[in-house]
Amino acid sequence: MLLRLHQIDKFYPTGEGPLHVLNGIDLSLEAGKSLALTGESGSGKSTLLHLVAGLDSPDAGEIHLGGTNIVGLNDTALAALRRGTVGLVFQQFNLIPSLDVAANLAFQARLAGRPDPAWLKVLAKRLGLAQVLTRYPEQLSAGQQQRVAIGRTLAARPRLVLADEPTGNLDEATGDAVLDLMLSLVAETGAALLMVTHSNRLANRLNARVHLHAGRLV
Amino acid sequence: MVWTGLTALLSHWRRRPVQLAMLLLGLSLATALWSAVQAINGEARASYDRAAAILGQDRLAQLVREDGARMDQQEFVRLRRAGWLASPVIEGEMRFGDVRLRVLGIDPLTLPPQAQQVDIAAGDQLLPFITAPGVLYAAPETAARLTEQATPPVRVAEGLPPGTVLTDIGQAQVLLGAKDKISRLLLWPDQPIGRAPLKVTAPGLTLREPSETGDLARLTDSFHLNLTAFGFLAFAVGLFIVHSAIGLAFEQRRQVFRTLRALGLPARVLVLLLIAELLTFALLAGLVGVALGYVVASALLPDVAATLRGLYGADVPGTLSIRPAVWAAGLAIAVIGTLVAAAQSLWRLWHLPLLAAAQPRAWARASERALRAQGVAAMVLLLTAAGIAHFGSGLEAGFALLAALLLGAALALPLVLTGILHLGGRLARGPLAEWFWADTRQQLPGLSLALMALLLALAANVGVSTMVSSFRLTFTGWLDQRLASELYVTARTEAEATAIRDWLAQRSEAVLPIWSIEGRVAGQPAAIYGVADHVTYRDNWPILSAVPEVWDRIATGDGALINEQLARRQELGLGDQITLPGGWRASIVGVYADYGNPIGQVIIGIDTLVQHYPDVSRLRYAIRIAPGKAESLAAGLRAEFGLPAQNVIDQAGIKVFSLKVFERTFNVTAALNVLTLGVAGLAMFASVMTLSGMRLPQLAPVWAMGLTRRHLAWLELSRGLLLAALTMLAAVPVGIALAFVLLAVVNVEAFGWRLPMHLFPGDWARLAALALLAAGLAAAVPAWRLARLSPSDLLKVFAHER
Ligand SMILES: Nc1ncnc2c1ncn2[C@@H]1O[C@H](COP(=O)(O)OP(=O)(O)OP(=O)(O)O)[C@@H](O)[C@H]1O
Ligand SMILES: [Mg+2]
Repeated sequence: MLLRLHQIDKFYPTGEGPLHVLNGIDLSLEAGKSLALTGESGSGKSTLLHLVAGLDSPDAGEIHLGGTNIVGLNDTALAALRRGTVGLVFQQFNLIPSLDVAANLAFQARLAGRPDPAWLKVLAKRLGLAQVLTRYPEQLSAGQQQRVAIGRTLAARPRLVLADEPTGNLDEATGDAVLDLMLSLVAETGAALLMVTHSNRLANRLNARVHLHAGRLV
Repeated sequence: MVWTGLTALLSHWRRRPVQLAMLLLGLSLATALWSAVQAINGEARASYDRAAAILGQDRLAQLVREDGARMDQQEFVRLRRAGWLASPVIEGEMRFGDVRLRVLGIDPLTLPPQAQQVDIAAGDQLLPFITAPGVLYAAPETAARLTEQATPPVRVAEGLPPGTVLTDIGQAQVLLGAKDKISRLLLWPDQPIGRAPLKVTAPGLTLREPSETGDLARLTDSFHLNLTAFGFLAFAVGLFIVHSAIGLAFEQRRQVFRTLRALGLPARVLVLLLIAELLTFALLAGLVGVALGYVVASALLPDVAATLRGLYGADVPGTLSIRPAVWAAGLAIAVIGTLVAAAQSLWRLWHLPLLAAAQPRAWARASERALRAQGVAAMVLLLTAAGIAHFGSGLEAGFALLAALLLGAALALPLVLTGILHLGGRLARGPLAEWFWADTRQQLPGLSLALMALLLALAANVGVSTMVSSFRLTFTGWLDQRLASELYVTARTEAEATAIRDWLAQRSEAVLPIWSIEGRVAGQPAAIYGVADHVTYRDNWPILSAVPEVWDRIATGDGALINEQLARRQELGLGDQITLPGGWRASIVGVYADYGNPIGQVIIGIDTLVQHYPDVSRLRYAIRIAPGKAESLAAGLRAEFGLPAQNVIDQAGIKVFSLKVFERTFNVTAALNVLTLGVAGLAMFASVMTLSGMRLPQLAPVWAMGLTRRHLAWLELSRGLLLAALTMLAAVPVGIALAFVLLAVVNVEAFGWRLPMHLFPGDWARLAALALLAAGLAAAVPAWRLARLSPSDLLKVFAHER
């Protein structure tokens, strides 16, 4: 089992007392498989993804990634995990504004020590970014930016791809093409994909789906 | 609507108190440094005016000898007999113990009413005034200095300039050792008709019209201009903070502006509201600034007063009075400064497209566009500077050159840094290094104003410290030459002087007279010294240029040496003829360095001096003796003649004193410099703090991709240090150029002498360390906050629309 969540609890402090966002979540995902995570706005999908990515820590429970419990690891170990093992595509595009598209695409792979120019070329072509490699993020459309963010994650060949509504800014055809790409990568490399989406159509194309409601998976 | 708008606008500052504090602090510091200089200058000018107005000299015409020397009292008697209404005055310097004073002797019976400074005739005060031992009138401050000294009775009189005592002419003649002599005659405004013409009665005298500005005001003008220039530089550096704080506040409130406009608030009203807001800040900060300025000024004034006394013999009180003009000027400059600093932002707001997206990047991108325009402006300014350096002359041209040079360099800085950062990125290996350089470059527009301020402050520091150190080095060398004799003795009477000379003849290697008279040369106050033909002068005198055999020409009496300031001011050179007091002429055979002397000086042979001025006072001597024996000889002199300690001074004593005067000369400039550097450090801090809020969206993705917060914080810190280090590197050549202009143009105009430039890389290293420390501190706070930021705060970046 690549990923296993056990009894995860997460609270956010708010003005009206602590908000119980995640309440005893259990979840597992095998290598080579894909899982869709749905739920209404504000149900805690992004929160769950951030916990798995080692960006934030749960208030209770265990997260096993490739056999190690990442809850309680120190900053350095979590950073190494983010660099090497997981790849995250955010809900909001999050490119580095001072680097051009080519540098953004290559950034995470190089950071992880796995640069692969040939693979980058393929990705740029399949994501339709070959014409904009020398542009800067602010000169791209929202959809183009999202594709760069996806390409950057895939370029590093992480064992676990976490995607937060990766196709939210794309039209239907492009969204389908991008999902194809992600699924084929998962299949080729034996990685796993955990993807948040609002679209039933896209959710149905993944191996399995879970729904988050009132802090619990249903 | 307007009220709602105002509340919305002001809420920004409530949420960002640091930004508000920076804005107010920057403005009040800028105003403070400016006002401090104004307060100091105002105080000095007021005291020059008081000195110029003493005895009604600003309203009464006077009769003086053309050469400035004293006249016989007989002249006065002759003129009275011929029907002139005149009143005699004697003026001179003397010491009471260790207090040096200007003594003014007047004749209360003939004094014109316009000249009556003190009501001497009141009550029964006239009799004690005109009979021995007389009465000295002095300003309260001067009177206080005299309490310890043995003087005639002292009475306090308001309105007298500091360092001056007023007494009866008879007493003054005794005190000054000038029996039957007078310095000038004050003329009553209404003279009787039918009096004999001046040419017949007193052919040696000329009429001097009343003048409002004294010699002092003219002499010290350039010194005050110097101060003003540095005050202005400090003000300009402070304005950089204000400009960047206002710019950021406007950019961050774009959304609010847009909403208000969309809700129907006219652009005109919005701009007026913002101007009102800025004016409130300006007045508030202006008040604090002027008050702070007084604190700075009163800390600096004693040094300025000492400098003015040492350098120009001008007496300025050591305490400040509160002047309404300084308050008004301070508030005005704060308001003007704020409006200048805000002009660009207001202009942009006026042209704000209603639907333009609010994006922090827009500000940076506009600055990028501005970069090219800036480069062009920098080129134009630097070329202008080169042009002025080549063709211009005079103090105004010197300052114009400084302004063009500094502004040009500041404007060129972002361009130069961009180039260097490009190069750094080109050479970088690895994704993090590449990102570091690229990101630093992207930060530049937001930081460039602060960096420009830092560049100005650092360059001014390098420039001024180079000037001061060059000065010190040259000056100490010069002192060694100039003070070649081991002992200096001053006798109290001519008889004693003769006795001392006889006594010394057997006991020393040489006794060199230091005799001089004062007068006017080429229309300027000057002193004429006679020197003996002695190897001491041949070996040591700091000659700058001279004809061959110069000392032989002096000894034979047909030549004169003049000091550098006289040569420069009157454009005199070797071979030119000058007319000396008494009307005789001599030809210039050499020019020598005479640092620290405000007036002109002429050196002629001792025999020539005595021949032309037989009644020259012969009290001072330099004594040559083996250095080891100097101390016992000094003790012997004091014991044998009962001389007070200060009448026998050794070389070391004079050197210490002279060096002290010189060290203080540039204390004020140095202090202003340090304060300016502090303001620039604050500008850095303000910019970095404000930018750090906008930084998170740029840093969060890198964090998410696998960097720890600590790592990022270190990179942020290094970025600040890198920019400061590069700015410091750029500041060194600018500072050297500045030092060159100060030494070769401004000082020559201001003081009348030119100094060779010496470079002190050690000083730069120290300054660089200081700059890095300041930048490190400025960057450390946001870096520390970044390292301690909670993950959920970083994650918010990804959840919010940017
Ligand atoms: N840092 C925070 N502090 C307090 N509350 C938070 C914080 N982050 C998220 N929340 C709250 O936690 C809940 C879950 O947020 P989350 O972003 O995980 O929802 P989501 O399912 O991703 O929603 P969406 O589909 O709109 O993206 C929301 O109610 C949100 O308001
Ligand atoms: Mg979400």
